[in-house]
Amino acid sequence: MPLWTRKSATDARRSANEALLGALVGAGEAALAGRSPWADARARFWRNRAAALSLCILVAVVLLCAVGPLLLPHAFDSADWDAMSLPPSLNNAHYFGTDDSGRDLLVRSLVGGRISLMVGMLATLASATLGIAWGATAGFLGGRADALMMRVVDMMYAVPYLLIAILMVTMLGREFYLVVVTITVFSWMDMARVVRGQTLSLRSREFIEAARALGVPTRRIIFGHVVPNLLGVVAVYTTVTVPGVILTESVLSFLGLGIQEPMTSWGVLIHDGANVMEISPWMLLFPAALLSVTLYCFNYIGDGLRDALDPKDV
Amino acid sequence: MGSYCLRRILATLPTLLVVVTVCYLMLHATPGGPFDDERKVSAVVLANLQAKYHLDQPMWKQYLYYLNNLLHGDLGASFRYADWSVNELVAKALPVSAAIGGGAIVLSLLIGVLLGSVAALRQNSAVDYLVMLMGNLGHAVPSFVIGPVLILVFAVWLRLLPAGGWDDFAPRYIVLPMALLVFINVATIGRVMRGSLIEVLHSNFIRTARAKGLPTRIIVLRHAMKPALLPVVSLIGPLAISSITSAVVTETVFSLPGLGKLIVNGAANRDYTLVLGLVVLVTVIAVGFNLLVDLAYAALDPKIRY
Amino acid sequence: MSLLEVRNLGVQFRTNDGLVYAVNGVSFALERGQTLGIVGESGSGKSQSVLAMMGLLDRNGSASGEALYAGQDLLAMRQDALNRIRGNRVAMVFQDPMSALNPYLTVERQMTEVLQFHKGMDRRSARARAVELLDAVKIPEAARCIGRYPHELSGGMRQRVMIAMALLCEPEVLIADEPTTALDVTVQAQILALLRELQRAFGTAIVLITHDLGVVAGLCDKVIVLYGGRVMEQGSAEHIFYRASHPYTLGLLGAIPRLDRDDAALLAIPGAPPNMALRPSGCPFAERCALADARCHQEMPALRLHDHASTEATPPALRACHRSAEQARAALAGGSAHA
Repeated sequence: MPLWTRKSATDARRSANEALLGALVGAGEAALAGRSPWADARARFWRNRAAALSLCILVAVVLLCAVGPLLLPHAFDSADWDAMSLPPSLNNAHYFGTDDSGRDLLVRSLVGGRISLMVGMLATLASATLGIAWGATAGFLGGRADALMMRVVDMMYAVPYLLIAILMVTMLGREFYLVVVTITVFSWMDMARVVRGQTLSLRSREFIEAARALGVPTRRIIFGHVVPNLLGVVAVYTTVTVPGVILTESVLSFLGLGIQEPMTSWGVLIHDGANVMEISPWMLLFPAALLSVTLYCFNYIGDGLRDALDPKDV
Repeated sequence: MGSYCLRRILATLPTLLVVVTVCYLMLHATPGGPFDDERKVSAVVLANLQAKYHLDQPMWKQYLYYLNNLLHGDLGASFRYADWSVNELVAKALPVSAAIGGGAIVLSLLIGVLLGSVAALRQNSAVDYLVMLMGNLGHAVPSFVIGPVLILVFAVWLRLLPAGGWDDFAPRYIVLPMALLVFINVATIGRVMRGSLIEVLHSNFIRTARAKGLPTRIIVLRHAMKPALLPVVSLIGPLAISSITSAVVTETVFSLPGLGKLIVNGAANRDYTLVLGLVVLVTVIAVGFNLLVDLAYAALDPKIRY
Repeated sequence: MSLLEVRNLGVQFRTNDGLVYAVNGVSFALERGQTLGIVGESGSGKSQSVLAMMGLLDRNGSASGEALYAGQDLLAMRQDALNRIRGNRVAMVFQDPMSALNPYLTVERQMTEVLQFHKGMDRRSARARAVELLDAVKIPEAARCIGRYPHELSGGMRQRVMIAMALLCEPEVLIADEPTTALDVTVQAQILALLRELQRAFGTAIVLITHDLGVVAGLCDKVIVLYGGRVMEQGSAEHIFYRASHPYTLGLLGAIPRLDRDDAALLAIPGAPPNMALRPSGCPFAERCALADARCHQEMPALRLHDHASTEATPPALRACHRSAEQARAALAGGSAHA
């Protein structure tokens, strides 16, 4: 199936001229208004208080996890046998308390946060890349190739991902990069579906035809027209993917099948905390709170982005 | 209807085949796994594996034997336990998971539909805010956080229920796990039902029903419910699948001897064949469930005719 | 006492942009067996006035004034009392039969429930009566049609089902909100003929909402012309068609395409309907009126008896315009080469 429907030269020229006129009018209006759609979206985002607040909190959490352990007196793996299982207190700088080996929980939570967030970002990057490539290709090619590629996506959806993830972890091992790979395998489908949909609708838009008729090279079309229109959905779905990925890692770690010692992550900490929560509930509650707050923030940011980029979609 | 069913069933076969094949190939590729000559297993286990998986044959023959076994319902032999086949382990664990998981789905549908409907009919009331709040919480806070918190509150602080374990379907061990699953499901179902019913109530045909002088009760139950329930029905498939995921977590949190715990233990013990067999089983159940839901949807919506 | 008497009906909506006055000061009286046509453009408030009478306004809407059916004010009634009247004594037919019928229920279910609820009939007799009505509206093979779902019927048939459904309890008033707008032209004529026949057979009073003057001509005894939520002119159909004297009505009449003249161009009323969120102090039509002066923009013209109308005439001919009837007709006759 041809990529673009071939029309007669006159038709193409006519629609090109119309598109040109439309673009000129649009540019004129934009010049009068003085704001690009991105600036508009940014303004709308900041007006959404939940989203704006969530962004600030998230940035704070990330900074804390990145920089905090360097500022705190305790190391995340230093066992202090004199200070085992202490509840949170202010005097000995164990603000979150200690675990049963005397390790400071605050530092461990922040270091665990680093790992969780890093896994989140890496897996999101990988699955977004895979998803965009898959979706854009399927949308571009259309026809049978598209149908086949989307069938694969449907299949991936039909499978209970956690079980396959457990299977993969069992077979392949629990090294850090393998965990990332495992998570990636199940996180790319949403992005692929959305990108494919967007590509399909872009393909049939007249300004693409107009650009081709005017002789704009394909590469310019892709980077000048297609990519900017994809950026919106990609941004939104990235913020949807990240919490899912962090959650998957946390579940795996909670089950004892994810990140292994000596590294730690929020999932591992919650696992450990759940085991001793009868005597040291803080060991469960602090990492759990950090994880929950982070996930919540991503959700609100995702909603805010979606509203900002497409305000009709309430 | 019959040909529609048949077509849908046939459509699921490729998925199952792909999953089974991929898992099987992964098993072959695993170092130290049953197909690797470096495996370290006892003689008895080796004998079991030999019998089930025909390890001395060329790979494609092994694969066919495996498929054949599956079609006969034989899920394989355990890599670690010489005395148990996968089928036997499953037979002990399945009733537990089915009881809790199945019961949770039914209960969450009932409660979710009820709460969502009330929230839609009484917008901005207490019930409405409750449904929205639950929706938010259940969506963002993970189940393995809510579970231990439930245990903390009800078992440790209030001492009302046991913290976990199992005693042959005794109710007190079922309450908390089911509560957890129901909470998570109701969060989604309630929100979807609420949104769906609100939208249906704005339809033109509801206005016609009002113009006919019908009381609200009849309008909601007879005119609005069916179209409003459709999104919820299409939710059941993904919900069941995520229940399987939740079951793994729930059984770990509450130490229940179900399929989820079996898988996790199997993974921890590197009992490859057990995990493989369980994954195949659960995938079949998941795909089968999706199929049922599709058929139910088609039965409900008169516009879908074959 | 008239069958249906509406006094100074008003409808307001609370929106994010403030209070929107969709309808102001509509009054009319309807007797047994009469047909009233309410004519106006989209946004003139014609649908909202009847929706208010039936208690079908959106949540953010409220009605003022009185709508008396057999002496009882529909606007002030409680829900259960109103339910006894709706669908039973006063019935309504809506514009788009595809969306107005429930796609998930059979025609039978949607019809028998009316009889079951209002008349206490059992399922079997209700079904028989429904088939009778479907026959009356000329649906072929009524007994088979009744078991179908709405999407299995054509547009014209669906509208007939709606009409049959409305007539099940032999209402005294039938309100039809643009019953033919969503249908093909040929089907339109059939439906209108059907309404006329049914009116003769059942003696029902009909309130017909439409934007199409052609529809009004064939069916209505009295006509109200609405613009911007206000009555511009009202009177008997004969008066409106032959002795109209309001600039808007004349404009509407002039805009009807005619096959019997060699007109070069179609007359159009320039401009667009007003923004209902801004309640102008003057006449709502002033912006588009060729005869408007400063007074028209500032002062709302009162609805008054037509100067030369006989006070004995029923219905009374009323118009709301600062120009006199002669002025209006002379101006518009002089302005165009044909009038």
